[in-house]
Amino acid sequence: MSGPSLMDSLFQRSLEDLIKGLRQQLIGEQAFISKALEEIRKEIKSTDLSIKSTALLKLSYLSSLHFHDMSFATFHALEVLSSPRFSHKKIAYHAISLSFHDSTPVLLLITNHLRKDLTSTNEFEVSLSLRCLSKIANVDLARDLTPEIFTLMSSNKLYVRKKAVAVVLRVFEKYPDSVRVCFKRLVENLDNSDPQILSAVIGVFCELACKDPRSYLPLAPEFYKILVDSKNNWVLIKVLKIFAKLAPLEPRLAKRVVEPICDHMRRTGAKSLLFECVRTVVTSLSEYDSAVRLAVGKVPEFLVDEDPNLKYLGLQVLSIVAQKHLWAVSQNKEAVIKSLSDADPNIKIESLRLVMAMVSECNVTEISRVLVNHALKSDPEFCNEILGSILSTCSRNVYEIIVDFDWYVSLLGEMSRIPHCHKGEEIENQLIDIGIRVKDVRLELVRVSRDLLIDPALLGNFFLHRVLCAASWASGEYVKFSRNPLELMEALLQPRTRLLPPSIRAIYIQSAFKVLVFCLHTYLMQRGSTFSSTSPDNLPSVVSASVSDESFDNLSVENGVDATVTHGQICTPAFITNESIVNLLNMVELALGPLVGSHDVEVQERARNVLGFVDLTKLKFLNYSVQEENDSEGKGVEASNIIELMHDAFSKELGPISLSAQGNVSLPDGLIVKENLGDLEMICCDIELPSSNSFSFGSPCEEKDGVSFSNLQIKEDSEQSNESTSLLAEHRKRHGLYYLPLGKSEISNDYPPANDPILQGNINGNAVDLVKITEESLVPKRKPSHAKPRPVVVKLDEVDEKPVALKKFESKDDSLSGAVRDILFGSEDMVPTSSQSNLSDKSSSKRKGKEKQHTAPHVESKENLVDDGNPSSRRRKYRSHGKERRHRSPRKKTAEEREGQKEKEKSSHRHGRHKSGQRAEEPLNVSAQAPVIPDFLL
Amino acid sequence: MIKAVMVMNTQGKPRLAKFYEYLPVEKQQELIRRVFAVLCGRAENVSNFIEAESIFGPDSRLVYKHFATLYFVFVFDSSENELAVLDLIQVFVETLDKCFKNVCELDIVFNYSKIHTILDEIIFGGQVLETSSAEVMKAVEEISKLEAASNAITLIPKSASGWRSR
Repeated sequence: MSGPSLMDSLFQRSLEDLIKGLRQQLIGEQAFISKALEEIRKEIKSTDLSIKSTALLKLSYLSSLHFHDMSFATFHALEVLSSPRFSHKKIAYHAISLSFHDSTPVLLLITNHLRKDLTSTNEFEVSLSLRCLSKIANVDLARDLTPEIFTLMSSNKLYVRKKAVAVVLRVFEKYPDSVRVCFKRLVENLDNSDPQILSAVIGVFCELACKDPRSYLPLAPEFYKILVDSKNNWVLIKVLKIFAKLAPLEPRLAKRVVEPICDHMRRTGAKSLLFECVRTVVTSLSEYDSAVRLAVGKVPEFLVDEDPNLKYLGLQVLSIVAQKHLWAVSQNKEAVIKSLSDADPNIKIESLRLVMAMVSECNVTEISRVLVNHALKSDPEFCNEILGSILSTCSRNVYEIIVDFDWYVSLLGEMSRIPHCHKGEEIENQLIDIGIRVKDVRLELVRVSRDLLIDPALLGNFFLHRVLCAASWASGEYVKFSRNPLELMEALLQPRTRLLPPSIRAIYIQSAFKVLVFCLHTYLMQRGSTFSSTSPDNLPSVVSASVSDESFDNLSVENGVDATVTHGQICTPAFITNESIVNLLNMVELALGPLVGSHDVEVQERARNVLGFVDLTKLKFLNYSVQEENDSEGKGVEASNIIELMHDAFSKELGPISLSAQGNVSLPDGLIVKENLGDLEMICCDIELPSSNSFSFGSPCEEKDGVSFSNLQIKEDSEQSNESTSLLAEHRKRHGLYYLPLGKSEISNDYPPANDPILQGNINGNAVDLVKITEESLVPKRKPSHAKPRPVVVKLDEVDEKPVALKKFESKDDSLSGAVRDILFGSEDMVPTSSQSNLSDKSSSKRKGKEKQHTAPHVESKENLVDDGNPSSRRRKYRSHGKERRHRSPRKKTAEEREGQKEKEKSSHRHGRHKSGQRAEEPLNVSAQAPVIPDFLL
Repeated sequence: MIKAVMVMNTQGKPRLAKFYEYLPVEKQQELIRRVFAVLCGRAENVSNFIEAESIFGPDSRLVYKHFATLYFVFVFDSSENELAVLDLIQVFVETLDKCFKNVCELDIVFNYSKIHTILDEIIFGGQVLETSSAEVMKAVEEISKLEAASNAITLIPKSASGWRSR
């Protein structure tokens, strides 16, 4: 079956047959390909190289365009490679560069083939081999073939030479030591007059300089020459890229290159070069005002161009400038805003980014207005992009740029009404956050919330549910600011709320509860005051009653009074009549009645709570008109007590909680936090977790409410609570370990949450902060959090820093840059690790070898390289002594020394070429062949 | 540095795929698919850039050009100039056009090896080495001649497959 025959070779399908077959197949592409692969697997085993190579080509095709694995054929590719025929070699090289990678087992078998082809007299064979090397070279290949590449770098065939130059990039990267051999020759190629070679060399340096610019500073003069002399735009662009990296490192250099770059900017007609000049100036030369002005002056050329590419790039440049020179953006404001309505999404997003960069305290209103109007007109995706960036810009640094919060809250409301708005969650967060942080905005917040809640159409929009959730919470929490609570109540209980998900519906019900309590309480107050005004004998029954009630503390009464006072000041709600109260209660019963059977626990529970409350209080109001005040000591009083109590519970304010709040609770002395919390389980099964825990808003308050409410409800308040306290006390006794010590010996069945009196100080601090936020709009949240002990953080810092430092010294790139520096600066510089110091020793000796060989004819050069290692070992010995003395602890190389080195570079720049050359050699004491590194410095 | 060159048709079928760093075939396929997914949603007469960092990782840019039924896509990093790469696509397409006299998708489908030869002359290991289509043509012709000659040596026994497999 397998043996090759004339028939096989005659009827083998060529690649073209395969492609044709693929296009005409009727059995399905996959089936056809697997059949073809089967064929290929047979053919590729053939001993006939023609059959084999055709099979390999077909396989490469299937791998490249139909993504079938061809790793099984790696060895066959090698066999084809050994063919003397060019066409076979070409197929083999193509296959190899497609399928070989660092862990291919047969990779090393290729070395000799490559070497043979690298030394071939046929330039196309050499080129194939170089190309393959540029794709697959690993450490070993790079090391073993460095001599051949070195030779090719000065080949007189330009076709080969430029490729040899280009392949050096990969060789350096894989085997940094090759720098010692090839770098000098690479630099020499910079002087080459041929534009192709120059373009290749500059390309290589551009790549190298991107990774580690500092090492290439000494070559600045060469690059400068090219920058001034070259007429080739490709080359100029690459040189500009190099200077963009070098200029920030060396101010003197920046000063030198500014003028030539500006010259190019003025003269050139090529947009690509112009763009590169502009980009270089704005990224790396932004301190040179005149250059920046010139560059920014060129930007409009891009912005107004018909070509969307230029427009896009122009905007990109602007956003780079914007970081330091915002005026540049405002200069082009018109074009930027116009680009917002471009057809191209890239351009739109880029201009949006710019517009957001322009936003400041004084123009945020204006810009947001423009953008929101724009969002209304644009496609859904961009609309949300706009909304997202408004939200994130405005909320930056705790609403730093917002001065008028009333405006912002109404903007949030407006944004949520935009048809495509998908930012519900973010708007929700901000509404609540602002409500909590900024006291003065609450009136407006409630107004906005009301407008949102009252619109039945919004309930149908799934994306708005989160916003509505925030609105309902805000209107419940800050109901005292409401103009018309009754209307709010209707909104919260409207039938379409059934469209809401249960979790949000529960919040609706809870808010309705708060509003209800508020309405009843207001009504009672009104009545109380009318009575107190008409008949002074009948003193405020409510207040006296509440004071007499032992479950009330004075604070809450004050709060209650406070609340009404403020509310009286702020707005004048419609007078609530008894009739309207009765209607209200009926409405609640009607709306929530069906929910008692809801499948959602949360909804069910909330609904039951409210209904229970209504049950309790309803009688009073129903009978009110009949009984008047005669029965004031009976049920009426009891109901008003309940209302009073609930109202006080709800009127406690929620403050913002710092993320580090938990850290402010000092750890009690004897507390042992067990690593394994497993034994908590045992304890947990004893307790019934409070169900309302899962409720996110204001859970601490409700916790208390829940308890006290039920206490009252069952009329056996003291008993009930006693029962629970005794349970708790017992629990405490058994598991005392897990309890925090108590200040008072009393039990506390509520957690120490945000509003706990113990933390009152902090909250007051927060309140002060909040005032500051509204005034200065700049205060970061809560300072005390910094005071907490942070041992862990210190550790983190170490962890963060260490790997960076290690990377600096040990990464491959750095060994490359180390090698390059050795060559360019002389070996005295910067040898942080001992292993590298060895390297550099070797290198300098190698360099000497090279120096020699540089003067010698090329034939000798190869020998020199081969036995390079031996003579160096002798020299290394005493060289390294000197080294040791100079760097006692090379590992502890610090930033100072880095600085020192920088200084050295600077000074060497100042001193000019000859001195620096000597400098490098001085400590060596081997002045015999003193290899002067010429022309490297300005 | 150029990271990848892709040519695909407007149905998303790859016609040429060249990655300058080794990538497993599955990964290549995925990348091409994702690029196409973005490309096919773009209108005509918009800019030729798409955001590439989400597909190719940090420091990647992508420039494409749409000719008839084909997308030409070049992926590169910050050491290339966007407009220059755009010109480079133009050079590549012009060279193809000269090689095949009014190049169309079918030329690219049936000349797998030749397309690679052309591209290889322009981009070498991710670096642009030749930007003149005349020079590229010259080299490609030389290589074709050389291939033909090396096959012709043993023309008699292997005629059928030898000629066609080129």
